[in-house]
Amino acid sequence: MAARGWRPVAKVWAIARREWGAYFLSPVAWVVLGVFLLLTGCYFAASVLSTSQADLRPVLGFTAALLLFIAPALTTRLWSEELRQGTDELLYTAPVSTAQVVLGKFLGALAVLVLYLLLTGVYPLLLRAFARPDLRAAAAGFLGLLLLGAAALAAGLFASSLTESQVVAGVVGFGLLLLFWIAGWLGDVLPGWPAGAVRYLALLPHFDDFGKGVLDTSHVIYLVSLTGGFLFLTARRLEAARWR
Amino acid sequence: MIEVVAVSKFYGDRVGVRDLTFTAGRGDVVGLLGPNGAGKTTTLRMLTGYLMPSRGTVRIAGADLWEAPLALRRQVGYLPDRPPLYRDMSVRGYVAYTATLRGVARAERRERVAAALALCGLSAVAERLIGHLSRGYQQRVGLAQAIVHDPALLVLDEPTAGLDPRQIHELRELIRRLGQERTVVLSSHILPEVSTLCNRVLILDGGRVLAADAPERLARSLPGAARYRARMAGEPAAVAAALGAVAGLAAEAQADGAWLLEAPAGAELRPALFYALAAAGLPLLELTPLRLSLEDVFLRLTTAEGGGGAGVAAGG
Repeated sequence: MAARGWRPVAKVWAIARREWGAYFLSPVAWVVLGVFLLLTGCYFAASVLSTSQADLRPVLGFTAALLLFIAPALTTRLWSEELRQGTDELLYTAPVSTAQVVLGKFLGALAVLVLYLLLTGVYPLLLRAFARPDLRAAAAGFLGLLLLGAAALAAGLFASSLTESQVVAGVVGFGLLLLFWIAGWLGDVLPGWPAGAVRYLALLPHFDDFGKGVLDTSHVIYLVSLTGGFLFLTARRLEAARWR
Repeated sequence: MIEVVAVSKFYGDRVGVRDLTFTAGRGDVVGLLGPNGAGKTTTLRMLTGYLMPSRGTVRIAGADLWEAPLALRRQVGYLPDRPPLYRDMSVRGYVAYTATLRGVARAERRERVAAALALCGLSAVAERLIGHLSRGYQQRVGLAQAIVHDPALLVLDEPTAGLDPRQIHELRELIRRLGQERTVVLSSHILPEVSTLCNRVLILDGGRVLAADAPERLARSLPGAARYRARMAGEPAAVAAALGAVAGLAAEAQADGAWLLEAPAGAELRPALFYALAAAGLPLLELTPLRLSLEDVFLRLTTAEGGGGAGVAAGG
C-alpha cells in the first residue's frame, strides 16, 4: 500500500520529466536559453560598466521584464502540441487526473526556468570577485524572479490549453502577461476604487521589493496565488474538453 | 466484462450516439461497423473515458465511468485512429512512460515494457526514435502502448487503416491473440476484417445501432430471399424446362453452366425442386445455399431509409 500512495507523485514526476526531455530534444530550450543569457549578460555588463557599482538591482529588474517575454516562448507547446499530434488522447485516457497533468507540465517548464536562473547566478558571483555586492538582496531578487517566472509560466500554460495552434497560444499568453504588466498604468487613469484593485493586479510592482532585498509575504502571496489561479483555470479547461 | 448502458452523446443538437446498449465479456472481439459519421469513434471515446456521455454509463470490470473514472481508465488500453505518439522519444522510453501513466508499479515496469515490445514485434527497434519509424511500426508502438498495463478492455479505432496488406495480416493475428484473454472493441469499415476478426458485430448508422449479433447470424436473421447455386446433369434446355415447372422458383443460368436459384422469403422449395428434377431424369449434382455476406447485410441495413433493419433484433 505504501508504494501505491506514491503513484500519483510518480505520474506527475513522469510527466514533468518528459516535458524536460522534450525541451532539450527540440531547439526550443536551447534557443530561449541563448537569447536569455545574451540579453541579461549584455545588460549586466552595460549596467556595471556604466555605473561602476556592484549593484544587481538593474539587471534583476531587467530580467523580471524579460521573463514576461521568455515564459510564453517556453509554454506555448505544452498543451497545443499534445492537441496537434493527438497525444492528448493518451493523457485523457490514462488513469491520470487533469490536476496531475497540469502540475507535471508546469513543473517541467519550471525546472527549465530554474536552470536559466541558476546560470544567471554567475552575475553576482562575478561581482563578488571584484567587490562586495549585497548577496542577500541578490538571493531575495532571485526568489522574486522564480516566483514571477512561475506565475508567467502558469499564465502561458493556460494560454496553451486554449488552442491547437502554438502561434495563437504564444500570442494569447504574451498578451495576457502584457495586460498584467500595464495594469499599473491602467489603474492610474481609472477613477474610484477599481483603480486600487487594478493597480494591485499589476505584475512588476510586486517584484520591485524582491529586487531591493525585501521579502514581503504579501508579494509572495500575490505571485503564488496568481500561479495557482492560472494552474486551476488550466485544469478546468482541460477537464471541460471531456464534456464537449 | 464491459457494460454499456443506454449511452447517448449529443454535440449541441447533433446526435453522436443514441441509446447504445451492449455487453461483452472476456474473449469477445466486438466490431463496430458503420459508414463515416455513424458514431463509431464517439462510442470508442466514451468507452475509454476520453469523452463523457450526455446520458447513460459505461462499466468496465465493475468500475463505473461516473463514480470511478480513474479506476475505469486503469482497465482500458486505447489505440486511437491516429496513434498518440511522441515522435521525439525512443520506442522503449515512450512505452515505459505510458506504463508509468497507466500505473504499472515500478518493480514490474521493465518487465511489462519488454513483454509489450516483444509481443508487438518491436524488440529490434526498441532504442530507435518513434519519428524515424515507418507507419506500420508506429502503429505497433501505438498498440504496445495500449497493452503494456495488461488492460481488461482493449479499444482499437480503425487499427489497420493505412497499413500495407502484410502489416494488416500481422496486426490481425496480433489482435486475435490479444483478444483471447480480454475484451477487444474495434471499429472498422473494412467488412471482411470484421467478419474474420470479430465474434460480435454492431452495425451503427446515424448514431443508432441497427443490428447486433455474430457476423454469420446477422446474415441468417435478415429477412430476404433464399438463394442457391445448383448444378445438374443434362441439356440446359431440359433443365430450364424442369426448373420452370417449380412454382415460385426463379432460375438464372450462369456462365459456368451452373444455375442461380432464388426462392421467395420463407418458402421451402427444395423438395419440389428435387421431385421436378427427378421426374425429368436430371440428376442434381450440386445445391449450395448462398449466404448473405456481411457486406450485403451492411448495405441493406444502412441504405434502407429510417433503419430498414427492424427485422434484426438489436439485442444479442
